[in-house]
Amino acid sequence: MADASSQIASTVPTRRPGRLREFWTYFKENRGAVMGLYVFVAFVCLALFADLIAPYDPSTQFRTAILQPPVWQDGGTWGFPLGTDALGRDMLSRLIHGARFSFFVGIVVVVVAATGGIFLGLVAGFAPKWLDTLIMRLMDIVLAFPSLLLALVLVAVLGPTLLNAMIAIALVLQPHYVRLTRASVLNERTKDYVIASRVAGAGPLRQMFLTVLPNCLAPIIVQAALSFSTAILDAAALGFLGMGAQPPTPEWGTMLADAREFVLRAWWVVTFPGLAILVTVLAINLMGDGLRDALDPKLKRS
Amino acid sequence: MSATVVTAKDLGRDYEVGGGLFSEAGIVRAVAGTSFAIEAGKTLAVVGESGCGKSTLARLVTLIEEPTSGTLEIDGRSATKADWPSLRTDVQIVFQDPYGSLNLRKRVGAILEEPLKINRPKMNAKERRAAAKEMMRLVGLREEHYDRYPHMFSGGQRQRIAVARALMLEPKLLVLDEPVSALDLSIQSQILNLLNDLQERLDLAYLFISHDLSVVRHVADDIMVMYLGRPVEVGPKDEVFAAPRHPYTKALLSATPSAEPSSRRERIKLVGELPSPMNVPPGCPFAPRCWKAQDKCRAERPVLEGAPHPAACFFPEA
Repeated sequence: MADASSQIASTVPTRRPGRLREFWTYFKENRGAVMGLYVFVAFVCLALFADLIAPYDPSTQFRTAILQPPVWQDGGTWGFPLGTDALGRDMLSRLIHGARFSFFVGIVVVVVAATGGIFLGLVAGFAPKWLDTLIMRLMDIVLAFPSLLLALVLVAVLGPTLLNAMIAIALVLQPHYVRLTRASVLNERTKDYVIASRVAGAGPLRQMFLTVLPNCLAPIIVQAALSFSTAILDAAALGFLGMGAQPPTPEWGTMLADAREFVLRAWWVVTFPGLAILVTVLAINLMGDGLRDALDPKLKRS
Repeated sequence: MSATVVTAKDLGRDYEVGGGLFSEAGIVRAVAGTSFAIEAGKTLAVVGESGCGKSTLARLVTLIEEPTSGTLEIDGRSATKADWPSLRTDVQIVFQDPYGSLNLRKRVGAILEEPLKINRPKMNAKERRAAAKEMMRLVGLREEHYDRYPHMFSGGQRQRIAVARALMLEPKLLVLDEPVSALDLSIQSQILNLLNDLQERLDLAYLFISHDLSVVRHVADDIMVMYLGRPVEVGPKDEVFAAPRHPYTKALLSATPSAEPSSRRERIKLVGELPSPMNVPPGCPFAPRCWKAQDKCRAERPVLEGAPHPAACFFPEA
């Protein structure tokens, strides 16, 4: 016995791969997710360095080149690779700058909705029954409205700006986080390790944030990734309806709205913003799926 | 000189169940009328089949739930809810399932130091680390395990971590809620020996909950047999094993497998199910399954009394 243990002890302990490394091994098994990640990173770079990459300022109007087609069509020039819109603004520059707004919307909405939602969910999971019921019924009321309609009403009340649109979307997305957090909190709370920390004297705050929350994070991270795309989509929808970013802001949804009378004459003014939204949302969704697979402990072989 | 660490008098716990909008709430007596005392360095084993209130008793003694009746004294002080914070460090628990009782997101070191962080605010990080490492040595874990996560350990090692965590606050009473029934047989004996060792070294009192009588025979000083939330027989281990007085104890003992095929005893087969604790029959709760039951048993509840050790039966064996 003594021999065996000393023998084991003398072997050099092999370094276990770090958490990030382990996460990456699981994540890269999903090809779609890795593709999504690359596209996402590319768009983030575009958004970050928009000023350097974009050939023109997004609101400069070139009166000599109104509704110019993209370069590969008759009449297109390399001066405006993706053509120009009805006011002679360069489409490519506007799309690149638009990425900035979309990601800004995504990040702000997710951060606001997730922090509020996680906090409410934790409180609901730990609170006495009446408070739990109160919070959850309030969230049910919010969920009962079609989300876009509710966002529309909120923006109409607050006034149509991009900031108000973000607030409205965050409020609409919040209940999902609350329900998700509460469900996993209720599930984790009955487990022995939480009871053990209570026996050790942990107060409710410590239990909530240090013991239970880290164990509930996996589904919340996935939800955050997926609602990032929902936020972009909703912001674009609000922009399209004239309730989000106002012209001349180069926001993708607003660009679509401005261009809809030219659908038949100049297909590129509608198609490119639409494609940009499609590709971003698709990439983020693929990435979110991969994230779920990588973070789900049930799928892990250790 | 051994001092009494915990004394329970008539401890009981009721639960309300059901009771929605349209139905009246029923009352389940999970534990009722349970009295015992454990001295330092001694082990009281609680045995009984599933649903007899063993785990509820553990939760009462570890101050997780408040008893609905009776009194609990720990270390000479009565344990009412207001006194819980000051008594926390005296009672700790080891759970059955070492896979659910450790926080998977924390390193072993952090798991062991958490109780100190909460209860010993004066200790600095270095002292905590030293205490955790010392405890790891004590339970047979190696130093390099300090930085690992629980999922890297086997069931037996995890249970060692759980024991170490429970001992970090230097408790006087350790409640062991079926600490080995989730483990392999070979690992079971390791953990049991560890527990015996620790008890000798630290003069701990154990409340050992189990349904495995061969394990109980190995660790217990006294035995309390529970049936439907009430103790039916209490006594020193040797007496209870050699001469069970309650028919239920006798049936339990006859069901433990024996290592020697030649000395196979007559097995007593109980018929019928455990009655629902929501609807306990009047009289002796064991009467519907007892082969000795008479009219008196169905009408009156027998009290826990008699010699050489108390049993709740009108017609005790021996």
